[in-house]
Amino acid sequence: MLEHYLSLFVAAVFVENMALAFFLGMCTFLAVSKKVSSAIGLGVAVIAVLAITVPVNNLILTYLLEEGALAWTGISGAENIDLSFLGLLSYIGVIAALVQILEMFLDKFVPSLYNALGVFLPLITVNCAILGGTLFMVERNYNFGESVVYGAGAGMGWALAIAALAGIREKLKYSDVPAGLQGLGITFITVGLMSLGFMSFSGIQL
Amino acid sequence: MSAATPKGVLITPIFKNNPIALQILGICSALAVTSSMSVSLVMSLAVIAVTAFSNLFVSLIRKHIPSSIRIIVQMTIIASLVIVVDQVLKAYAYEMSKQLSVFVGLIITNCIVMGRAEAFAMQNGPVLSFLDGVGNGLGYGVILMIVGFFRELLGSGSVFGMTVLTPVQDGGWYVTNGLMLLPPSAFFVIGLFIWVLRSVQPEQIEENEFKMKENTKPKEAV
Repeated sequence: MLEHYLSLFVAAVFVENMALAFFLGMCTFLAVSKKVSSAIGLGVAVIAVLAITVPVNNLILTYLLEEGALAWTGISGAENIDLSFLGLLSYIGVIAALVQILEMFLDKFVPSLYNALGVFLPLITVNCAILGGTLFMVERNYNFGESVVYGAGAGMGWALAIAALAGIREKLKYSDVPAGLQGLGITFITVGLMSLGFMSFSGIQL
Repeated sequence: MSAATPKGVLITPIFKNNPIALQILGICSALAVTSSMSVSLVMSLAVIAVTAFSNLFVSLIRKHIPSSIRIIVQMTIIASLVIVVDQVLKAYAYEMSKQLSVFVGLIITNCIVMGRAEAFAMQNGPVLSFLDGVGNGLGYGVILMIVGFFRELLGSGSVFGMTVLTPVQDGGWYVTNGLMLLPPSAFFVIGLFIWVLRSVQPEQIEENEFKMKENTKPKEAV
C-alpha cells in the first residue's frame, strides 16, 4: 500500500511533471520566474493549494456530483441523480473559495508566511496547474488517499520546475542573446530543453 | 486600447498584439494540443467560441456587476460556457474530446478569456466586445495552427492527417522527426516563432537588463 502511494508521488513529481510534461500553469511559470526567491514563494503556495484543493474536490465529486453520489442523503430517487456535468463549475468555485480562505487563515495565524507569499496567493486561482490537478484526478479516478498524495506530489513537481527555471534565468540574463530572442523567446527555448531533460524520466516504471 | 474600431479590435490581436506571442497569455493549452492540426483546429474553435461569448455576456451585464465580486461573476460565466462547449464536443466529436482530455476544461483558466473579459468587456459595448473576443480567439488560433502545422508536418509528414511527405515506414523517403511529436518541440517552435515575429516588428524586442560590452578585438588587445 505504502509502495503504491510512494510510486504515485514520485510519478507526480518527476514523470508527470505538471509544468514540464503537461505545460500547466505556464502563464505564471514564465511570468514569475525571473528571481529565485519569488519563484520559490510561488512554488510553496502552489504546493499548499494543490495539496488542499485536489482532495477537497475529490470529496465533492464522490459525495455530491457522481452518478448516485447523493444516495447518502436518503431522499428517494437521489441515487439516480448525475450532476457530473456541473463538475467544472464546482471545481473552480471550490478553488477560488479555498484560496480565499487560505489567504485569510494565513493572514490571521501565520503573518510571516502571508507576507512572503503576498500577491501570489490570489494569482493562483487562475493558475491552470491547480484546475489541471483536479481534472487529472477526476480523469484517473483517484480515491481520497491517492488524491492527497497526487496533489502534494504535483505541487512539488511544479515548484521544483519553477525554481530550476528561475535559477537558469538568473544566470541567463548576463548572456548575449540575439535581439529578437531576448526575454520571452530564449525562455521558451530554455523551458523546452528542461522539458527534454525531464522526459528522460518518462520510461521509469515504479 | 485606442483603436476601438470594430475592424481594429478584430484585426490587431491576430498579429500586431498577439495574445500568445506578445502578452504571454494562455500558453498552457497552446502547447499541449498542437501535435496534430485537426486537434489544434478544434481547440482553436472552442477557444474562439468561449472568448467571444464570454466577452459578449460580461459586456451585456457589465453595468450590473458590483466591482467587488466581478471576478467570480466572470468566472461563473466562463465556466458555464466551457461546460456547454465540453458537452457539445462529447456529444458530436467524442473521439476528439478524448484526445483533448482535460484541456477543454482548462479553457476556464486560460488567461486570454479572463484577461479580455476583465480588460476589454468591462469597459466596452457588447458588439465591440464580441468582436474583440473573436479577434483574440483568432490570434490564439493562428499560433496554434502554425505550431500544429510544423509539428505535424515534420513529426509525421502529414497535414490534417493527409500524407504530404511519405514517411520511410510506408516506402517513402521522409524520415519522420519523432522529436516534433514530443511536448518540448512546442516550446522550440513557439520560441522561434516569437523570434521571427520580433525580427519583423523590432519595436517589440525586450530591453536587455544587462548590456553586454562589445568584445575587445584581438588587434586592440595586443
